[in-house]
Amino acid sequence: MGATQTHSEYQYENMVGKTGFSTEQIKNLHMRFQQLSGNEKTLRREHLKNIPALANNPIKTEIIEAFFDKRNQLDNELGSYEEIGFEEFLMVMSHFRPLSIKTSAEEKTAMRKQKVRFLFNMHDTDGDGKITLEEYRKAVEELLSESGTIGQEVARAIADAAMLEVASTNVPNMGPDDFYEGITFEHFEEILKDLEMESRMHVRFLDMNTANLRCGQ
Amino acid sequence: MIFVLFLCCTTGKCKLQETKPTNSVSLETVKPHPNDIGEPQPYPEEEKGKLPVFTMDYSRIQIPFEFTLWVLLASFSKIGFHIYQKITIWIPESCLLIGIGLIVGGIMYSVKEEPPAVLSSDVFFLYMLPPIVLENGYFMPTRPFFENVGTVLWYAVVGTLWNSIGIGLSLFAICQFEVFDLQDINLQENLLFASIISTVDPVAALKVFDDVGVNEQIYIVIFGEGLFSDAVTVVLYNMFAFLADMPVIDSVDVFLGLARFFVVGIGGVLFGLLFGFMAAFTSRFTSRVREIEPLFVFMFSYLAYLVAELFAISSIMALITCAITMKYYVEENVSQRSCTTIRHVVKMLATISETLIFFFLGVVTITTVHEWNWAFILFTLLFAFLWRGFGILVLTQIINPFRTIQFNLKDQFGLAYGGLRGAICFALVFTLGNTINRRNLFVTASIAIIIFTVFIQGISIRPIVEYIKIRRTNKDLNTINVEIHTRTMEHLLCGIEDLCGQWGHYYWKDKFKKFNDRFLRRILLRDRKAESSIVSMYKKLELQNAIELLDTTMGDISAAPSLVSLQYKEASRPKKTFKATDIRKMHDILSKNMYRIRQRTTAFTSKYGLPDDSQTREILIRRHASIQRSLRAESFQHLQVSEVDRLRSSGVSPRSSSRSLIPMSKLNTIEERRSPVEASAVFTGSNIRGRRAPVPAARRRSPNRVDEDEDEIVSEGQGEERHLPPRGWAPENRDLGTNEAGNSLLRPSSLRSQRSWRI
Repeated sequence: MGATQTHSEYQYENMVGKTGFSTEQIKNLHMRFQQLSGNEKTLRREHLKNIPALANNPIKTEIIEAFFDKRNQLDNELGSYEEIGFEEFLMVMSHFRPLSIKTSAEEKTAMRKQKVRFLFNMHDTDGDGKITLEEYRKAVEELLSESGTIGQEVARAIADAAMLEVASTNVPNMGPDDFYEGITFEHFEEILKDLEMESRMHVRFLDMNTANLRCGQ
Repeated sequence: MIFVLFLCCTTGKCKLQETKPTNSVSLETVKPHPNDIGEPQPYPEEEKGKLPVFTMDYSRIQIPFEFTLWVLLASFSKIGFHIYQKITIWIPESCLLIGIGLIVGGIMYSVKEEPPAVLSSDVFFLYMLPPIVLENGYFMPTRPFFENVGTVLWYAVVGTLWNSIGIGLSLFAICQFEVFDLQDINLQENLLFASIISTVDPVAALKVFDDVGVNEQIYIVIFGEGLFSDAVTVVLYNMFAFLADMPVIDSVDVFLGLARFFVVGIGGVLFGLLFGFMAAFTSRFTSRVREIEPLFVFMFSYLAYLVAELFAISSIMALITCAITMKYYVEENVSQRSCTTIRHVVKMLATISETLIFFFLGVVTITTVHEWNWAFILFTLLFAFLWRGFGILVLTQIINPFRTIQFNLKDQFGLAYGGLRGAICFALVFTLGNTINRRNLFVTASIAIIIFTVFIQGISIRPIVEYIKIRRTNKDLNTINVEIHTRTMEHLLCGIEDLCGQWGHYYWKDKFKKFNDRFLRRILLRDRKAESSIVSMYKKLELQNAIELLDTTMGDISAAPSLVSLQYKEASRPKKTFKATDIRKMHDILSKNMYRIRQRTTAFTSKYGLPDDSQTREILIRRHASIQRSLRAESFQHLQVSEVDRLRSSGVSPRSSSRSLIPMSKLNTIEERRSPVEASAVFTGSNIRGRRAPVPAARRRSPNRVDEDEDEIVSEGQGEERHLPPRGWAPENRDLGTNEAGNSLLRPSSLRSQRSWRI
């Protein structure tokens, strides 16, 4: 880090404000970032693909893509990056902050929306704001791929059924000529409204410096 | 009515006991009579050795008879409670049981009858406690438990210790005051008493929490606390009882006590794991001896308990661990019926045990010799509350930083207020030996505290919880989407944790799952396919569909008659017979999946009731209704929307009924038939109608296909059913009965299997 120390410290302050992490947490994540990127300043997809622990994860491609997805940054652009810097990395991570006892109700709703949005973006790979049947099918197939014995038809049937469920819950009075194009974000929120995402979708970020304690990647 | 019955029994018993001696006496007096009096007897030979036509030997059957009467009486009172639903909502069952016990005690007292002296230490620990603990362990909701295991153990162990020591020391301080006349209770006895009354038995609170839908974390903390505080208390009890006998205590003893604590706890867990795995392994081979499958569960768990008792390690921990370990694997290996039997019997035994204890409490309250000391009892109550409240506060402050979902003040209040005392407390104090010189005082005090907490806290907890609006949880709806996204989320979180290089919660969960899949399942399960929960959920819903459909709607005949006739015209029924093997296979698959269904739907189980499936049905019915409403259009359009529309093209009236199927199946078949072009394929109604025509056949065909390929359970033209059974069903039913042998076999058998599922 050396010469860039003061520079990064200044940046940390910014990031604390933008992402809600504490300085300790940001430092730890920065160390991790450098570990992953091989001490370069930017992270590329190959770096993430090389993590051995991630190899068994059925949705690893989606996860990796999520980091490079511009929609997960604050700017609401579309498309994806080729490589990301630490700030973008941190922004994506901030989606997984846990609630603390001090978060107010508005913050909770905002966080929840953010998390649901993250999930939505993960599924909506072409960025058109809707999860189409094809995309959904792909997602379900990947999820089921780890079980091994499930045929493709079953995966498709399940995805179709799920899609239908969304359609029927959200648009109960569709006429015969209506075309259900895909799950929009509002519909997505609606079907997941009973899932307590804000309390379940989080990762506990370390406050202390345990880089030396962690074994392996 | 019940009371009269019991009154007769008791008075009958009294009379029996009195007549017993007279009976034999009367027999005897017959013989000596002629000798003594010397009067000439007309038939002296007759009295000798006559065959007694009617004898009564009460003493022989006394014990089992009285036990059965007690149990019956308690069960009758339970029936009585539930006649008025409203009562059980407001007044917890424990209150009612104690109430009945008090009444019976009053009766017994007035006829000068002694309560059966059955509640000895051995009887309690060896016979009455295991069923209660087994039931708690068996029905423990494992996922929330393991997510919160640290917190639960923290509250249970440290909380109980805190309470015991706190109350004990404060009471000891009070005893020092001469004015209360309590000076002969030394420190050990105070601690002993304190440890007994600090165990919580939150049954009533749990039921209220469950009904109100309080958030999962509080529920599981109270549940777990109740469970493990029993273990801690028993250990403390034994320790303090031992110490109470000793005249002097050194500090070495305190250390030994602490060490013993750990040995006892960890040893218990190990024993439990051992026996749990043995039971799971055994159940793998019991496919040919289905009748005794439940026996293994009970025998192994009881064995775990007894062996732990043998080595004086925590038998409660052993039993709980055994139950938790065993449950998962055993329920996958055994048949549906055995599974049901196990659950039923576990609940039944536990209910008997608990009922008897509470009942006994009521009776003993009236009939026993009390020693009432205002100071002691009032201070006990005061300190119990104070220390519990204070303890929860302090403990929460310490543990909150380690939790991601922290407990706010309302949660803490719920936790503190839910700490009722109950059966175990009473039994432990009742079995105190007579070496404790103020035993009666202790008994009185603990009865007082139990009655106070059960009645006052138990009744008031419901309005209070609703008033202060504790954080509630939304019990997950069993929908496919929720399942899919929950899985997605879990994988996502696992991935993020890997990315961060952290060993987080999901990391361990994932690790365990892999270990489970790779080793444990292979060894312990008979049928080793690991199935994704999404697929299970899907199958479950599909099967529920099938069952709902077949279970038909006699009630739903409010259809417009015009549509019925429409049905008749359209539907042509090609006859189709079923082979017996098909039907058997069908039942196999249905039943095989049904108990998986049962597995997944049991979330929280109320203490006094069996798992309630009506909620699942309710959800499915609602879903059907919403899907139903969407089945209106005639034509199908795009692929994406085709599914929705297709279903709608059934042309049935918008009457929503609960009998549509999830059209998933239809989706598949349509796909097969679609032209390989993208979005603009249009399916006209005629296409569908063509398929729809053989409605009954299709319906029958659907189950038939079940045996071809499990996948295609879905791929059936279940969509045909969108025709809406309700309308079509009424005439169908009659038709079914007469036309198809296969069908008639199908319907009752599916009903049967369904009945066995629905209990």
